[in-house]
Amino acid sequence: MKKLKLKELESCLQQVDTFENPKLLLEQYPTRPHIAACMLYTIHNTFDDIENKTIADLGCGCGMLSIGSAMLGAGFCVGLDIDADALEIFNSNIEDFELTNVNMVQCDICSLSDSMSDTFDTVIMNPPFGTKHNKGIDMIFLKTALQMAKTAVYSLHKTSTRQHIEKKAAEWEVKMEVLAELRFDLPASYKFHKKKSVDIEVDFIRFSAKKVLN
Amino acid sequence: MKLLTHNLLSSHVPGLRPGGGFPLRIEVREGKCEGRDPPETPPVPAPPSPLRGRGRLVEIPLLPFSLPPEPLPDYEANEEFLRRLHHVLLEVEVLEGSLQCPDSGRRFPISRGVPNMLLTEEEA
Repeated sequence: MKKLKLKELESCLQQVDTFENPKLLLEQYPTRPHIAACMLYTIHNTFDDIENKTIADLGCGCGMLSIGSAMLGAGFCVGLDIDADALEIFNSNIEDFELTNVNMVQCDICSLSDSMSDTFDTVIMNPPFGTKHNKGIDMIFLKTALQMAKTAVYSLHKTSTRQHIEKKAAEWEVKMEVLAELRFDLPASYKFHKKKSVDIEVDFIRFSAKKVLN
Repeated sequence: MKLLTHNLLSSHVPGLRPGGGFPLRIEVREGKCEGRDPPETPPVPAPPSPLRGRGRLVEIPLLPFSLPPEPLPDYEANEEFLRRLHHVLLEVEVLEGSLQCPDSGRRFPISRGVPNMLLTEEEA
């Protein structure tokens, strides 16, 4: 497979269509192509957790991370999301990119629990941060992801929650490593955002999936 | 929906017996099948995960050939078997139809290739 350069990956991902009418309650905002490309490139080049692997993308939205993974040679990707409108856009993205190794499932991540234990090599996700009437949803996503993954989980979390996540990781006996501290410029996609864009600090974290969760 | 994805799904209707809701029965209204013959070189080795722990391989009306109900003992070295399995898991797609919970009978629709596993508020 032809090696894709970081810049090429990023410019491909700029072609990915994203939410037409983002839903506030679902904390829908796209993972920016630049951030997605950097994340995936690191996962691929530093840890070799994409090529020929089975990958799940929890809360996939319009599929930015799944599509990027497929471009980097993932064996098979499954995007899971609760929102039919987002999956509709994801579907047309897959058609536009002519990808054959990506599937989607409409489901509620919070109800999966351990029903998909050890089914994927890698989980890559940009979960909701749990700041909008859905406190704790980020940790439900993380726990579910750790149960699903055989090797590793890559996720984005607000830097302000790092201590809490470290505590949980220790409790679950999962090794965690903050790979990068990012500044997320959330564009003002919702009416309540008064400024043009809001910078928030986000950690890009790798968790190695060790199984003592219950 | 490829059959590899089907193999990962189970129904979450409350009150099922432990380990229930699997395997989901597939009803196909529209499907597609790439290349009747298993391809020369599988682009991806069939991931072994769906073979583990979950028992029988799926039996689907779309398949141009049958698979043994259980993986063969030496399947990891059996190229013919792996090709067939690859074909079944990754080249057969259900576009329209449904998945039916074997225990509760609840149907989950598949539309444009996407299964909808959500329960209604009353069900959950």
